[in-house]
Amino acid sequence: MPTLSEPVSDRDHIQGPADAPMQLVEYGDYECPACGQAYPIIKAVQAQLGDKLSFVFRNFPLPTLHPHAEAAAEAAEAAGALGQFWPMHDTLYEHQRHLTNQDLERYARDVGVDGTAFQADLTQHKERARVEEDVRSGIYSGVNGTPTFFINGTRYDGSYDNESLIEALRQGSGAR
Amino acid sequence: MPETHEQILAPGTTAPDFSLPSTPDQNVALSDFRGQPVVLVFYPADWSPVCGDELSIYNTALPEFQRFNAEVMGISVDSAWSHIAFAQAHQLHFPLLADFEPKGAVARAYGVYREHEGTTERALFVIDAAGIIRWNYRSPVGVAPDAAGALRALAALPPATNTPERQATHADAQ
Repeated sequence: MPTLSEPVSDRDHIQGPADAPMQLVEYGDYECPACGQAYPIIKAVQAQLGDKLSFVFRNFPLPTLHPHAEAAAEAAEAAGALGQFWPMHDTLYEHQRHLTNQDLERYARDVGVDGTAFQADLTQHKERARVEEDVRSGIYSGVNGTPTFFINGTRYDGSYDNESLIEALRQGSGAR
Repeated sequence: MPETHEQILAPGTTAPDFSLPSTPDQNVALSDFRGQPVVLVFYPADWSPVCGDELSIYNTALPEFQRFNAEVMGISVDSAWSHIAFAQAHQLHFPLLADFEPKGAVARAYGVYREHEGTTERALFVIDAAGIIRWNYRSPVGVAPDAAGALRALAALPPATNTPERQATHADAQ
């Protein structure tokens, strides 16, 4: 089974303790409907597992299928550079059918990032390199669609309903 | 005409040559790419959701394949007209070949034809610059293949794969 080519590190966006026994990494696309379906499930899994789980999100936009996905990924990273990655991440998944540039600017204001700095970051594509790094690590890690999940470093091919994910996370951490 | 094989062609086998339409008025032959590695991506059908995802992943990975000077080609039993519409809809930047008439002949030659469904399997081949299969992969049902395996196989190719070594390797053919 494929494994993460780039282990989770300081460069990643992590929710939960970095040394939690269960680690879930998602490669996702903000405009992908399946990722949108996974979003509330991950929230529920996080609520259930608490401090035993760390969750990492990496970008894998598929711009040929989803025309706004790259800009959305860059917007989340731009908000992240201004300290608001997760609020922006959540907002994007909660409004994934409305991801025009005007929408992105509005969401940035909503999560409280400085509009001028955000716009400059976005128009100069300052975060593009980082998004591309994520895509490259995803390709070499064995991403085969969006979302692709890795549990404690190993790709998870099972279904991502609440119960299956929690069961796989418990097994994955036990096998460690 | 390629002959039928029951098993997926193994590494070390000479890749059966073929010439298939990439557009309604243009054919692509495997031998056109002698001197560079080729990645053959057999997939069941143009418009299935899983295939769209799989080929989009390969499309996204094209810059990585280009680092190895590798040519990526998709193959299914769909017609060239279906391929054109599908490639446009998904903005795919590599050729899709029509194994359409006689249906599935190339897939059969590579041992990746599904008789019951009448489609190709989900299978990958990495062919070296000398036309020898160096790596293959058949996907379990319901799991789309990733690009990492083929990229690793390309990275493992010896630098001078132009050296003919068919005599030594042909015995592996089924």
